[in-house]
Amino acid sequence: MHRRIERRRGEIRLRLPAEERELLRSLPGQLRALLATNDPSLVRLFPKAYGDDAEANAAYEELVRDELVQGRLEALRVLEETADAERLDDEQLAAWIGVLNDFRLVLGTRLDVTEELYASEISPRDPRAPELALYGYLTWLQEQAVQAADAAPQ
Amino acid sequence: MTTTLAPVETRRPSQEDVPRNERPWIVIVWNDPINLMSYVTLVFQKLFGYSREKATHLMLQVHNEGKAVVSGGTREKAELDVARLHAHGLWATLRQD
Repeated sequence: MHRRIERRRGEIRLRLPAEERELLRSLPGQLRALLATNDPSLVRLFPKAYGDDAEANAAYEELVRDELVQGRLEALRVLEETADAERLDDEQLAAWIGVLNDFRLVLGTRLDVTEELYASEISPRDPRAPELALYGYLTWLQEQAVQAADAAPQ
Repeated sequence: MTTTLAPVETRRPSQEDVPRNERPWIVIVWNDPINLMSYVTLVFQKLFGYSREKATHLMLQVHNEGKAVVSGGTREKAELDVARLHAHGLWATLRQD
């Protein structure tokens, strides 16, 4: 499979088949709906800052939760706006990486993934197979996006 | 007819909010099975301005030892760093050293 995201001659190029763009376009709406809830699969998006100090954790959450949500909504908006783009600038790429990561954090939490997952084959009989396949695809795509960002001139 | 002004509740810094001494606060990033090694390295470079070498070293420490201290300073600075790491989906906590 050819690379979907790469930096060539200083430009970040997207070479995504239509069905993959369709899939990516569907992510922001799903995540936006989830962000309006307290779904347990969001736990990794809003970690506790102070370990088991409940009072300090509550004060921290009060202080930063809205800002963390707003930052994520902004990244979702960027992905929606650029889902059909041929090229991204560095800021847009950073938003893509963030959304891909957030979606993987949600899916990974739901699927309770472990580091061993990456080395194992997905059985088609596994009821989690569709979500595992999506998780695998997003992982593959995010790795390319990170490499494209990493190759940015310092 | 008299009116009574309700006391205005304000949140005052409690004793716990004031550091008991000058010991700095440290920011710890914990290992998790979801964040990519390449991504964690990129985030350390981006947020803290670390060289690729230093960012890679810290990422490997997180990966191999389960955690690493990635920054520190006053409580305010450490909390801000934790919030920036959380915005990037990393599992970070702070505590007084």
